[in-house]
Amino acid sequence: MTDPGRPIEARNEDQVIADDLVKRFGKFVAVDHVSFRIASGEIMGFLGPNGAGKSTIIRILCGLLGASGGRAIVAGIDVSKDPEGVRQRIGYMSQKFSLYRDLTVEENLRFFGGIYSVPRAELAERMRFAIDMAGLAGREGALVATLAGGWQQRLALGCAVLHRPPILFLDEPTSGVEPASRRRFWDLIHSLASDGVTVLVSTHYMDEAEYCHRVALINHGRLIATGSPAKLKQTAIGGELLLVECDGLGATLAALQDAPDVQDCSVFGNALHILVGNAEKSLSELPDFLSAKGLRPRRMARIAPSLEDVFVQLIAADVAGRRAVA
Amino acid sequence: MTAEAPIIQVDGLIKRFAELAAVDRLSFSVNRGEIFGLVGPDGAGKTATMRMLAGVMRPDGGAIVIDGVDAVADPEEAKQHVSYMPQRFGLYEDLTVDENIRFYADLFEVPPAAWRERARRLLAASGMSNFGGFKAGQLSGGMKQKLGVTCALVHTPKILLLDEPTTGVDPVSRRDFWRILYGLREDGVTIVISTAYLDEAERCNRLTLLHSGHALYCDTPAALKQRMPGALLAIASTDGRAVRAAITGQPGVSQVLLVGDGVHAVVDDAHERIPQLRDALGHAGVPFTDIAVAAPSIEDVFVALLETGGAP
Repeated sequence: MTDPGRPIEARNEDQVIADDLVKRFGKFVAVDHVSFRIASGEIMGFLGPNGAGKSTIIRILCGLLGASGGRAIVAGIDVSKDPEGVRQRIGYMSQKFSLYRDLTVEENLRFFGGIYSVPRAELAERMRFAIDMAGLAGREGALVATLAGGWQQRLALGCAVLHRPPILFLDEPTSGVEPASRRRFWDLIHSLASDGVTVLVSTHYMDEAEYCHRVALINHGRLIATGSPAKLKQTAIGGELLLVECDGLGATLAALQDAPDVQDCSVFGNALHILVGNAEKSLSELPDFLSAKGLRPRRMARIAPSLEDVFVQLIAADVAGRRAVA
Repeated sequence: MTAEAPIIQVDGLIKRFAELAAVDRLSFSVNRGEIFGLVGPDGAGKTATMRMLAGVMRPDGGAIVIDGVDAVADPEEAKQHVSYMPQRFGLYEDLTVDENIRFYADLFEVPPAAWRERARRLLAASGMSNFGGFKAGQLSGGMKQKLGVTCALVHTPKILLLDEPTTGVDPVSRRDFWRILYGLREDGVTIVISTAYLDEAERCNRLTLLHSGHALYCDTPAALKQRMPGALLAIASTDGRAVRAAITGQPGVSQVLLVGDGVHAVVDDAHERIPQLRDALGHAGVPFTDIAVAAPSIEDVFVALLETGGAP
């Protein structure tokens, strides 16, 4: 598979290799021949609807779940042959942060230091690093339950990197965290990456995907697109997006659904977003088409698609393709 | 648009939990037939505000008037107009979709002829027509939310209050959900929706941006983006860290943020700063492929408003 979005500098050894991975649960195919590679120091985002198979892939890569077919190689180790070896070289942070809420910051770090077998001689220094990184200096004795979401999130990250893993798996790490904290969190992820840590992060926050070097879109267990956020926005939507501002959204929406060359139409607050094959052509033709029906939009303009537009279009195309095959 | 009185009027609303003011002199009004957003991160006061609007929590101060009724003095009367869907809506997981709907219809004393047709239409709009016999516990997160709205709407309320209905719901289901809301708006229902997804602000007709219990902003999403002080620049580079080091502290530059494709920076004036930053990057020998003005996200505006102290 070609990786157009990967930064050239990051092309040293691939730290994560999924080669034709398959996972079946009975008759259900949760992971369907998925292949990708992640370079050292690269931040790869996994996007997909709930139940698309993101977490299953991550669990296979972590050695928590055996694959039904294909190969997973993490930090140069074949996961099926030495899952324990893999686990020593990865950090894992889940959605729920997996912290002990009734323990203090320091107690949590000590606990995870034990789990990850951080040598006693190094533990104090690693705990200091995690506390400073998370901005928790002075709060070592605070109960985790009393910390705001952003602090908990950074502490969970601190726990996940205590043993200096070269690879970090983040399974939906942020939800509802306050924006300034979220930015700080991503800043930390970027510094870890520039120190050579490889990061795989799953999310369905589209704005979070913007922080990744490359994103992979997963649907029904299959990889349906991969590339940098910029690249996907330029190419993957299969058309051009127009903004239509008008009074009487309902009537305009109904008319546009039957208009020539309009592939998709959705309401966005006080306006419509429509997907067309050729923006210039539609901008010149649609006003006449609408005015013949007595509709006069206030404004029409071409807009840049968001990553969410890309995501929704690709999933819709994938679903249509599967129907056509079936 | 019209001189018609707002359907919801909130003035100086206060809610304290011990020392903490969860809602701190919050004021806004909701017009009849619009989708109004309470948008903000966790802990901003969204849920407390929703509960007070729904009449299930008493404010410590301030006024709420719902369709002419003083909702603080007479919450029971105000509740007649309102349907409230809390974050954890009480679906019975061991009952089927149809049974859940019938349960709520009975609870609200809706005649069968009225709710059957309504439920059929709502389920069709959510793509759930074939799921009537499924147990609610078997549905995905997005489908549960759609069933929740269907249950909340069996009794034709004037006002629908939705507390974070899209949290944890993937973007495709999220779009379906909003399609249902726009359909309800066409039917004349007024909707107040809270969300922690800042980008969802763009889908509302008007919104208030909440932080620490008070409003940073209250108007349309289009006007919100114009409140961005200065401009957002996107600098495309494979070495974002070096770009950040080279431009941090340059005159006119605030907020420097690493993103996947390089760096985002907020500047006071794009025309003046783009050449200046080109020079700075050139002198530092930092490779970059492009500097361009980018459209700010709602989160960019939120952070900028926080820094400038926001505005009423």
